[in-house]
Parts: sequence; structure tokens; C-alpha cells
Amino acid sequence: MPERDLPRRPGRRVFLQTAALGGTLAACAKQDGDSAADQEPNRLGKPVSDYGRRSPFEKAARKFRESKTPEASASFTPLQDCHGILTPASLHFERHHSGVPAIDPKQHRLLVHGLVERPTVFTMEDLRRMPSVSRVHFLECSGNSSGDWGPQRAPDVQRGHGLASCSEWTGVLLSLVLGELGVQREAQWVIAEGADPCKMARSLPRKKALDDVLLAYAQNGEAIRPEQGYPLRLVVPGWEGNLNVKWLHRLKLTPEPYMTKDETSKYTDLLPDGKARLFTFEMDAKSVITYPSGGQKLSGPGFHEITGLAWSGRGRIEKVEVSVDGGQTWRPAALQEPRHRMAFTRFRYPWQWEGGEAVLQSRCTDETGYTQPALEELIAVRGMNSNYHNNSIKPWKVAADGSVEAA
Amino acid sequence: MAAWKPHNSLFVRLAMAALLGAGAAGAQTATLGLGRAATPAEIQAADISVSPSGVNLPPGGGTAGQGADVYQRRCQRCHGAKGEGGEEGPALAGGQGSLATPKPLKTVGSYWPHATTLFDYTRRAMPFNQPGILTNDQVYAVTAYVLHLNGLFPAGQRLDAQSLLKIKMPNRDGFIPDDRPDTGKSAKKAKR
Repeated sequence: MPERDLPRRPGRRVFLQTAALGGTLAACAKQDGDSAADQEPNRLGKPVSDYGRRSPFEKAARKFRESKTPEASASFTPLQDCHGILTPASLHFERHHSGVPAIDPKQHRLLVHGLVERPTVFTMEDLRRMPSVSRVHFLECSGNSSGDWGPQRAPDVQRGHGLASCSEWTGVLLSLVLGELGVQREAQWVIAEGADPCKMARSLPRKKALDDVLLAYAQNGEAIRPEQGYPLRLVVPGWEGNLNVKWLHRLKLTPEPYMTKDETSKYTDLLPDGKARLFTFEMDAKSVITYPSGGQKLSGPGFHEITGLAWSGRGRIEKVEVSVDGGQTWRPAALQEPRHRMAFTRFRYPWQWEGGEAVLQSRCTDETGYTQPALEELIAVRGMNSNYHNNSIKPWKVAADGSVEAA
Repeated sequence: MAAWKPHNSLFVRLAMAALLGAGAAGAQTATLGLGRAATPAEIQAADISVSPSGVNLPPGGGTAGQGADVYQRRCQRCHGAKGEGGEEGPALAGGQGSLATPKPLKTVGSYWPHATTLFDYTRRAMPFNQPGILTNDQVYAVTAYVLHLNGLFPAGQRLDAQSLLKIKMPNRDGFIPDDRPDTGKSAKKAKR
């Protein structure tokens, strides 16, 4: 069935899939002239099933490096194969520090203690009974694009930018739970700890904890995947991925940050004078073109839709500009609506490729007026050893034969 | 179906306002009544977090000599014989004075601002393949050994809650608050 028929004939796809089920319906469809049954005469399709699988023709997959310690590793989302703004949970990037724990939700507990009036233990059932919210937010490891500081550049958008993903998260606002327990005045920080073997822990400031942080138990309409923190994780909108503690089992309210390994030894940004920035929480506004991008090849001159993703840890994306001439001129791209705060925003830009060499890049501006910088601007301020939080503009070079590589 | 609009009812809206109000104001009475009171014993059992001011440092202690034994059995395969690091584990010692150079070496001695972090992390997360297996005495001892490898603790002295808190790490004052945004017209004025 031609794809172009779909917008004019809503509901038709559903009807034709149903048609394969029974002779009567199939007969109706046949009268219509282009049924699915026509493609494989006299054979039925697959029956209903309990949990869906993608088409065997689809091969999009996470990518990860070989490692002797794969339990403390990362896998990268194939952003070049993703559409719209949501990342399938099965392709959401991973970063684990001691492997994915196997947790029975019936046994799982969240302990909230420290400077609260009523230290409390919650079951998953308790949390699911509470008033819930669903919100679309990106997660980005602050080490995303860390390989792009030096002369070596990631060859494709998956390895360069794939430690970022976006989901609809469902759960309970942490502010609601803390309000229930009575937060004491001296409580300025919340120490969040996971139930993974290494008990990964981070310190979260009170102000953020009482703002928009989620105790999330669902992702894209189903229970959070084990790799993403099943059965419960923190979602800290817009803040570096490591703070979004997975397999969350304990929150301790304290007067001071605990200076855990992952907020001192790691995830601090070393500057040229030898000082390091501490608690670099917000992810700066960032965008990247996912098509055409490194490793792809344009099939020929003519029309191509340049598309990509933009996001900001400080709010909504207000503008994305695209340059097809190496940064000499910039023109606004169309932004997919609705634009959620601290979420992927899809941009699209129509392009006629004349067949010659071209350098493509995008830059975004968020609701605070901050505009994504060039790599040279970041290096001028931060030097070459800050490692984390590289949000620079990513140029892709299109060769005359249509092949694309990192510029 | 169309008549069922619970969120439009005055009662539900008032109830929700009360809930959210409790979140902002702090110590009111619980309104949802979900969850159960945590007992002091279960809090003590679960709370392994050690603060930089020493809250929750456990009793016990050990020397660098005792720690060397633990280190050789549990740590050196990944971190190297003298904490120089290896293929699977980062360097733990060395690098002091390197942070402002083109090739900084970030180790416990050159980079970590608090010795309490070393105790806390070692106890909760090490050794990599069996996290949490070390006793408090072993954690104190191997912490003493790693500090000793960095020239920050004498070989014969016993490390415990009191002596651990007296250690000033070389890079204690090496961290600054986040001063981003740092580029373009949004950049904050340089405070450094």
C-alpha cells in the first residue's frame, strides 16, 4: 500500500491489519483492491501475541565498546535511527557502574530519612497509589561528546551524541513525597542512593528536589526497563544524567552535600588553571543534525530533509538554526510542536543538495537566550581537560559523492 | 463516560491544593497516609553514607600496613602494585601538581577534596567485582594505605574516625562553584 495514501485515509492501516485475521474481513478488503492479503496470496499472517516485537527488517541497536568490565560501561543510542522526540526504551542509552541489578518490585522499598519529621518506608504499591504526573524529559550523560574535545572526532552521531535519550516519564513528584514527610528547615540537600551493587549515590540540592524532580516508575507507557532503573529512579529534569539515580532505594535529607565519588572525583570539570567546577548540574543547550550525519551517504543530488535534535537543561528550545555552507549563513529550522521543557525538540530543514561538498551544522537557542557555542569558544574558556559537558556545535562534512563524515 | 470528570469537582481540587500546599510548607501532618514509619534500626542498617564532616563514620580502624595486605588481595589487580592504575582501574596515587598542566593526572592524592569520600566509596563500591565485602576495619586500613601511597598518612598510624577527619587533602580548595553559562552573551562575568 502506498505510504502517501495514509494521511488521506485515516484508520486504513488498522483496518488492513485486521483484515488478515478473517475471511470475511479479507474479502471486504479484497473488494477494495489493495489488501495486505494480495501480497501473500492464500497465507495468513502471524496471530496476536502477548508482547510486540519490531519488524525483523529493523536493525537499529545500541553500540558499546568492548570492555573487560562491561558492568561499568556505557551503551549509545542510535540517534540517527530515531524519529520524532521519544527514544524507544529498548534503545535508551545506558551507563552503569556495577551492572544492572535484578529487583523484584514486591521486595523493593524506598527509605526516606534524615532531616524529615516522619522517616518513612514506601513500597512500590504506596508510590503507585499517589497522585502521578507524566512528563517528557531528556537524559544526557555529562560525558556525552567527551571524545570531541581533541583532534579525534566521533565518526557518527551515535558515538558522538548517543549518551542522550528522551522519554515520557511517569511517577510521583518528589516534592509531594517530601511534603508528606515534613522537611526540616536545616535540610539543604538530599542524598540519593541506588540499589545497584555499588550503591551509587549523589547529592541533590533541596531547591531542585522541591521543584520538578520525579520518582519515576514508568517510561514511555510501560514500567521502566531494568537498565533504566526498574522499578524506581530519580528523574532530575535537565540535570546531568548521573544525578538521575537508578534503582532508587534511599533518600537521606542532610544539611550538607556528601561529596560522593561521582560528584568529586568524577563529573567535575577541570579548567586550565587547575581549579575544577563542582556541581555542574544543568546540561547546556545542545543540538545535532542526525540526518545527514557521519557514516551516512546521500543517495543523490536533489531534495533532502535535514533533521536533528535540540535540547536544553535550562528550559525550552526557542530556536534552531541550520547552516549548509560551513557556518557562513544560518537559517531557522522548523521546530516540532509541542516543545517540552528540558526535552528533545525535533527540528527539520528542507535542503536541495546540488551535489558538491557541503558542511552542515545546527545551533540552538533556549528560553534563557543562551546559544549553543562553537567548540573553539568552549575550549577558549575551559581548555582541553574539562572532559564533561561538551555542548558544542557539531559540523558534518558532505563529500561530492554524498558520503558524510565528521568535519 | 463524558460525565466522569473527577478533576473538575471542587472536593478533588481542594484536596489536591492541600496536598501541594503541604509540599511547599514543610512540616504538616501527612495527608495521603501512605508508607509506614521507618524504625531506627532499619535506618541504621541502611545508612552507609559518610559525610565530609564525618557524620556516620563507623567505629573501627586500621593501619596502612594492614591495608597493604587488603590492597594486594583485593585492589592491585586493577589499580596496580602502587596505585599507579591499570587497564581496568584508574590511578589512585600520584599526579600532585599536575592539574594545571596539559596532562593532568586526577588521583585520590592530586584531586579528591575529602578523605571521607575515599572511605565512603571504598566501603560501598569496592572491590569492583564484590562491592560491600570489606569490613569497616578493612576499609579503614585500605583507606590508610591509599592515603599513604599519596604521602598523606604515616605508615604506622592507625586510621579511624578521628584521624581520618584530621586529614586535609591537597586539593581541598581546588573546586569552585559552577560559573556557567560561560560563552556568548549569556556568559556570567568572570569571577575568578
